[in-house]
Amino acid sequence: MTHDIALRTEDLEVTYTGNREVTALNGVSVDFAANKLTAIIGPSGCGKSTLLKSLNRLHEIQPNAEISGDVYLGDESVYDTDEPLPEIRRRVGYVPQKPTPLPVSIYNNVAYGPKIHGDHSKAELDDIVETQLRKVNLWEEVNDRLDAPGAELSTGQIQRLCLARSLAAEPEVLLCDEVTSALDPISAEQVEETLADLKSEYTIVMVTHSMEQAKRLADDVVFLYLGDLVERNDARSFFENPQNERTREFVKGHTAVEYDDADGADESEPESTTAQTVSAE
Amino acid sequence: MDRYTEQRLFGLLARASAALIIAVLLLVVGVTLYRGGRVFLTDPTVAITPPGSRYMLDGGGGFLHAVLGSIFIVVPATVIATIMSLSTAVFLQSDYSSERTSDVINMFLNVLWGTPPIVYGVFVLTVIIAVGAQTSLIFGVVAIAIFQYPIMTRYADEALRSAPDAVKEASYGLGATRFETARVTVRAALPGVIAGIIMGFARGIGDAATVLFTAGRSTQMPGGPFEPATTLPILIFEQAASFNAEVRSHAYAASFVLIVAVLALIVASKLLAGRYARFTPGG
Amino acid sequence: MDPTTDHGSNAETTRPDRLGRRLVIERLSSYWLIGAGLFAVALFGLIVLTLVQQSIPIVSEHSLLEMLTSANWDPAQEEFGFLPAILGTIYVTVLSMAMGTPIAILAAIYIAEYAEGRMKVIVSSFIDVLAAIPSVIFGLVGLVVVVPFVGDYLAPAFGTHSIGLGIVTVSLVMAIIVTPFMISLSVESLEALPDELREASLGVGATKWETIRSVLLRAAGPGIFSAILLGFGRVFGATIVPAMLIGGQTAVPGSPFDAGETLPSLIVNDFGELMSIPITQSALILVGLLLLVIVWLFNFGAMLVRRRLQRRWQY
Repeated sequence: MTHDIALRTEDLEVTYTGNREVTALNGVSVDFAANKLTAIIGPSGCGKSTLLKSLNRLHEIQPNAEISGDVYLGDESVYDTDEPLPEIRRRVGYVPQKPTPLPVSIYNNVAYGPKIHGDHSKAELDDIVETQLRKVNLWEEVNDRLDAPGAELSTGQIQRLCLARSLAAEPEVLLCDEVTSALDPISAEQVEETLADLKSEYTIVMVTHSMEQAKRLADDVVFLYLGDLVERNDARSFFENPQNERTREFVKGHTAVEYDDADGADESEPESTTAQTVSAE
Repeated sequence: MDRYTEQRLFGLLARASAALIIAVLLLVVGVTLYRGGRVFLTDPTVAITPPGSRYMLDGGGGFLHAVLGSIFIVVPATVIATIMSLSTAVFLQSDYSSERTSDVINMFLNVLWGTPPIVYGVFVLTVIIAVGAQTSLIFGVVAIAIFQYPIMTRYADEALRSAPDAVKEASYGLGATRFETARVTVRAALPGVIAGIIMGFARGIGDAATVLFTAGRSTQMPGGPFEPATTLPILIFEQAASFNAEVRSHAYAASFVLIVAVLALIVASKLLAGRYARFTPGG
Repeated sequence: MDPTTDHGSNAETTRPDRLGRRLVIERLSSYWLIGAGLFAVALFGLIVLTLVQQSIPIVSEHSLLEMLTSANWDPAQEEFGFLPAILGTIYVTVLSMAMGTPIAILAAIYIAEYAEGRMKVIVSSFIDVLAAIPSVIFGLVGLVVVVPFVGDYLAPAFGTHSIGLGIVTVSLVMAIIVTPFMISLSVESLEALPDELREASLGVGATKWETIRSVLLRAAGPGIFSAILLGFGRVFGATIVPAMLIGGQTAVPGSPFDAGETLPSLIVNDFGELMSIPITQSALILVGLLLLVIVWLFNFGAMLVRRRLQRRWQY
């Protein structure tokens, strides 16, 4: 497995020091290959989102997050750098779990990043908006109402708008935090199709609850368990020939017990029968 | 301007604004405590000495009349306002009124909440004139109670809303009536309700505009519910700019007493609300 | 509706004693609570009706338009020109809101977006305390601190003269009073915004300030705007501070450093002495009614803005 490495973490450790101290990541070192889609999977509360957000330092908006180790974007350190934080976040974009339109028009949602990062003429912006909306298969649906508030779209459309918004900032890496979990099955499928189209052009790191989704989309899979990296492999080997005992159990569905106290873990996603029986209890 | 310079500039401005407000608060409280404390602490008995016969001219005696007036007006007013506001708040919950009804009532409550206190004062005064009575303690009570009512209803409504639904469901599940359930809900929200009552009391004891025309600016000891009375805020208002230094100094001393009382009430209400938050799931 | 109310009246007599008693209590209490709910509406109606009815004498003798635009206020001569007080009120409201609003918004941003942990708790409790201090105390501190400041420093700095009492003095103190009120309402709307909104904006490389300026302030805009409108209403109806600090001069103010009169301070300064003259009394009640209507418009506007804009720019 020799890939270009777009992003890698080195002994990344994140601790939340709130009322009680919680170690969310426990010295994780992992590579993310360029122009591939890497899925991060694992039971709820095992540090998936923390890992994702620490890749562009977005966890820092939570008070009391302490971090050690480092993340490298190419050869550059993300934490020990002179580059301003917003520039890092432009290069490593983030799409939130909940479909969240900015409180502006559809057009300005997409133009938000470009407007911040450079001076563009109106024609250039029009062009960017159209290109990005086409990339996420939304152009046909919204080109007659670009001035309408983003919030008027359906949740599935909003999520694709969010993807377009992130892409418009021309990121090198795109972080997607369970972007289909808040959607109905049909919208989820559309977003998945969009991601599948995008993954040859972008380095995508995606957190998902759904093993099926990881199977369908991922080139590589990273399995986290309670803040530890258990296994990282290409998707085919990961699912067909897991190296680790815990991975094997998780892939079969046994570890799904952990879903129990999760907030509404994937009722809509078809899991293995074992997982369904467990969550029905 | 470079976007990072802009970011730093506004971060700084935001901090400076917060600092300015803290500074102003410290100035206001500091000046009151210092100027008032200098008078009050040298002779605390001014607060428990009845006024002399020529009080407004020479400041003889003390301002016990205003201390008692405040208590005799604000305590009964708070009791009345508590009963009315708690009842209204219970009615506003979903058991008694539809969303539409409670929306309409809330709209009127919001208007009352924003109504300047002076309007209540004028209103009660017109009532006094209409019934041919004179300004007296009892009308001060009415005016303050009207003033407190929308404020306390808002607090009570918030407290009741934050009571867990499970309490209601459990109560109905046992076959309780709506009224019995409401009592349980009120009990579950009690710390919040009490914190609201304390805040209402604090607002009532500090307001001057409502009582100025209704209680009568008496300079004698309160003689009964139908006799004129005065309160601490009125006394401060009337005497703060007096030409007689002694009369003026009583305004300072009274402001010391008033601010200490209000601060104590806020702390009490905060402590209660904080305690409450610890027992609320997810709070 | 709860099933317990659905029993006919005779059910109460045939039921066992205890249940019957409970149902009677339920019925009586619900009458009382409905009454309490209607009390809010009734109180408002009663206040409006009383004020309207008592204002009729003055309106029937003098034209309303003339009173609102005449500068001549002399109740002893039956001259009721509200213009000086109206202008004074507008001066005070505009000045104190111009001073208070930017500071309130910036401080709200600090509390909601910058302050963390202990600092946040401390700053917001200070704001709460500031909001709860009686206005008569602000008036007193104004007399001790702001009046000499305006008279000795501020007015000379602007190349004019002031006795210290006047519109600027009132505006400064009212700005202090209204700011914490606007801050807590604005902080509430900012904190109600979901974190995803911040993440979405930061995630495309916006700075914190860009996020606040173009996303958060916009999303919280309806709430903040209505906080400002409510603030306007507050200053407009403020009574005690203007009465103590404005200097009681019923003439059209020539400069903000002049003494003046606001509508509420007019009531305070003239009600006591002139209560016995029915027509003056009616004039002052009309002022109260004006206040109520204007503040009601501010409140209504605030509510409308919140509802309209929220629907349009929901996130």
